Amino acid sequence: MALIQQSSPHAHKARPTSRVMLWVILAALPGLLAQTLFFGWGNLINVIWCVALAMTTEAAILKLRNKPVSFFLRDNTAAVTGLLLGLSLPQFAPWWMSGIAVITAIVVAKQLYGGLGSNPFNPAMVGYALVLVSFPVAMTTNWAEPATLWAGAPGFRDTLSTIFSASQTAIDGWTMATPLDEYKHKIATHTGAEVLQHPTFGDQVARGWEWVNLAFLLGGLVLIGLKIITWHIPVAFLAGIGVMSLAFGSNADQYAPLQLHLLAGGTMLGAFFIATDPVSAATSHQGKLIYGASIGILIYLIRTWGNYPDAVAFSVLLMNFAVPFIDHYTPPRTYGHHKARRGLPSKNGAKS
Amino acid sequence: MSQLWDFSGGIHPPENKIQSTRRPIRTAGIPERLIIPLQQHIGVQAEAIVNVGDRVLKGQKIADVTAGMGVPVHAPTSGTIQAIELQPVPHPSGMSDLCVILQPDGKEEWVDLHPVENYQKHDREEVLQLIRDAGISGMGGAGFPTTIKLRPPRDRKVETLILNGAECEPYITADDMTMREYAAEVVSGMQVMAWILRPSRCVIGIEDNKPEAIAALREAIQGTQIEVTVVPTKYPSGGEKQLVHILTGLEVPSGGIPADIGVMCQNVGTAVAVSRAIHEGKPLISRIVTITGDAVQEAGNFEAMLGTPVSALLSEAGLQPNRLNRMVQGGPMMGYTLSTDAVPIVKTSNCVIAATAQELQTPPPEQPCIRCGQCAEVCPMELLPQQLFWYSKAEEFEKAEHLNLFDCIECGACSYVCPSSIPLVQYYRFAKGEIRTQREEQLKSDRARERFEARQARLEREQQEKEQRRKERAKAAAEAQAKKKAEAEQAAAEGEAVDDRAAKAALVQQALERKKAKTAQTKAEAPAAQEKPDIEALEKQVTQAEAKLNTMQGMLDEAKAQQADNVEKLERAVAKNHDRVKRAKDALAEARKKIPAEPETPSSE
Repeated sequence: MALIQQSSPHAHKARPTSRVMLWVILAALPGLLAQTLFFGWGNLINVIWCVALAMTTEAAILKLRNKPVSFFLRDNTAAVTGLLLGLSLPQFAPWWMSGIAVITAIVVAKQLYGGLGSNPFNPAMVGYALVLVSFPVAMTTNWAEPATLWAGAPGFRDTLSTIFSASQTAIDGWTMATPLDEYKHKIATHTGAEVLQHPTFGDQVARGWEWVNLAFLLGGLVLIGLKIITWHIPVAFLAGIGVMSLAFGSNADQYAPLQLHLLAGGTMLGAFFIATDPVSAATSHQGKLIYGASIGILIYLIRTWGNYPDAVAFSVLLMNFAVPFIDHYTPPRTYGHHKARRGLPSKNGAKS
Repeated sequence: MSQLWDFSGGIHPPENKIQSTRRPIRTAGIPERLIIPLQQHIGVQAEAIVNVGDRVLKGQKIADVTAGMGVPVHAPTSGTIQAIELQPVPHPSGMSDLCVILQPDGKEEWVDLHPVENYQKHDREEVLQLIRDAGISGMGGAGFPTTIKLRPPRDRKVETLILNGAECEPYITADDMTMREYAAEVVSGMQVMAWILRPSRCVIGIEDNKPEAIAALREAIQGTQIEVTVVPTKYPSGGEKQLVHILTGLEVPSGGIPADIGVMCQNVGTAVAVSRAIHEGKPLISRIVTITGDAVQEAGNFEAMLGTPVSALLSEAGLQPNRLNRMVQGGPMMGYTLSTDAVPIVKTSNCVIAATAQELQTPPPEQPCIRCGQCAEVCPMELLPQQLFWYSKAEEFEKAEHLNLFDCIECGACSYVCPSSIPLVQYYRFAKGEIRTQREEQLKSDRARERFEARQARLEREQQEKEQRRKERAKAAAEAQAKKKAEAEQAAAEGEAVDDRAAKAALVQQALERKKAKTAQTKAEAPAAQEKPDIEALEKQVTQAEAKLNTMQGMLDEAKAQQADNVEKLERAVAKNHDRVKRAKDALAEARKKIPAEPETPSSE
């Protein structure tokens, strides 16, 4: 008899990494749908372009590293990186700019660190931060004006040619400052009510943005429901922003109000899809709470007193730096122990 | 209904228990030969007390442990001892061990049985001895000698006795069927244990997926103080630490045993064995085994004699050899694969799964860990499996140990859910093994170093002592030299011989001095003697001086024989004394001449 010899357990019921990533992609689709409905074709084109480029780049690097290409490409992680960049870059970001972001994410932030599972920083956010600091104007002026697909948004072909054209000329009429940007710059000279008169805000919180954020929230809840992510990071993330906003930003004539912080900008995308990247996030539940809350607090600080209107990328990256430190001090208490073993092992290997 | 506590983590794998609970327990036939391992328990291997060719009766003790921890082994049926030899035994390593091969004669002739009528009237030690003599060790998996477990340290009073009927592993139904069909014996066995331990609470914990067993036990406990507690089905609720927590809310301290917190767990099968040992006097010679898996047609439970080859049970269950892909001893979560079906059923065998390739699939190739944390979510020990994996793989064992690697119970829940198909438990076993090896080596090298250092210290001490002695000798010699020199100088100045090596010469010197003094006195007295000579006194003095001179002469001779350097001086001194004695004699003679005239002369003046 040629019997299989294997170490226990013999039963497995795993949701493979590829399917986990597929679920992340699916859960992001409502957000992408909302973006397309309320801001036109830009994000969809960006997503397709970024995903295609991310997978091509990943394949090329895997080939260079002599790794099995299809084995790794099928884990869908490169696609998720491309997707996240496509969702977070400005709708009319030129192709080369998103291209730089994607290539930086895959080559530098992911593969140079050893590929999947070895990257200390969120690859998509490394790419995003690079283009944000390198092309600040392009990154702030290419946001689409909120105009629904059925009324006012530029057509697919126009959008496509704008993104892939060498010179960006005819798009001024289609773009508009983001609500957070608008509020940040106008509030110094106007009252809150006056600022909110601007068309970017619309009737509710922030035209289009509110739906996009709610759609990402919905997708995020699906991920929590499927146990692909835990609630700790998103809840702490949103709580961090919320507490900061309540503590410092109660005066709408000085600072953006809470609802704007939560439903404008990349808040929900950041909370449920970006900060929850498991590879670069903190490990334990307690660590995740600290990690998520710190990102929320940093986002509020940078949005309110920093130079950038939004701050998901910087905040996530800053906290990625802190993850090893957080991890050392937040292990859970193990069964049968009085308390958790924090810090590093002592030199003499003494048991607590 | 008593309060229940939940343990963190856990999984719900497909139970696959229905296949083997559809039929009642069948009694397995007597195989052609029984392979009875001498070690079926934790502790020292039993020694065979029968010889090849002996005829043994059913229930006869064929091996025992005389020194150390262990339990005896009994013949499961009557027959002839065919051999005592190495045979493959059920072990993860597939190793062979010493076994007694028994050829049954089919007569099933029992030894004389001695049931205990009323065990409460006996001494507890006696009952414990009976349990030991019946060869009972834990039947849940580890095989720890039951008697030793039932004798916890004196400072550890068992308050809660738990009978573990959770049986959380998929596929296994041996305990389930035991509870269904032998509920009365389960209860009476537990009563014996409870009588020994005197706990304040006796509880049988059963997962809620065994309604028949629960019903049977609820009926059997009527009139007793035992409670049957139904716990939610969740793997690994049957893990000792988890069940203790579920039923008591207490946690077994890391590295400790349940008795540390006043709890003891026993397996339901063990309870049945104890009951049979006391009430029927029968030793442990058979057990209930689940034979299941898609490769057998009639899965179910068998009451099999210990030593029955797995192959015999598989064929009784209708094995389809061409479908068999993997054979697992134990459950699919913690069991180990068998490489041959020739291994026997032993006291700890609860299940054999004959699985097809579709049933227990070979997992896909390992992918990188994405730290998704699914493993940490299901870990019942609240560990961080992803970190333990990371450190085990990187061989950073110190960090893995720091994160409580050794609290891992290897339940396999982490591997079960890992999306990257990483054999996590295997990594932990590797790390534990490496750490143990390192510790042993460390211990060895520590001991070697200690020995070496002790030897070095001893050599050094000896060297120092030697050196010290040498120095002392040198110093003494130098002092002696100096003293000798000084004395020689003094002696030279005085013209006398004084030397350390010439103590006798010193005596001579003293004697000479005394002689000198006396001679001087004689001289001084001489004028007086001349005036009024005391002849008698003078005579006496001369005799004494002569005697002393003789003694001195003897000493001088002796000194002469020993050393030559101061003999000259001594000779001179002796010669001088000779003159003095001579002079004294002369003086005496003169005095004698003068005496006749003397009375006139002074009186005439």
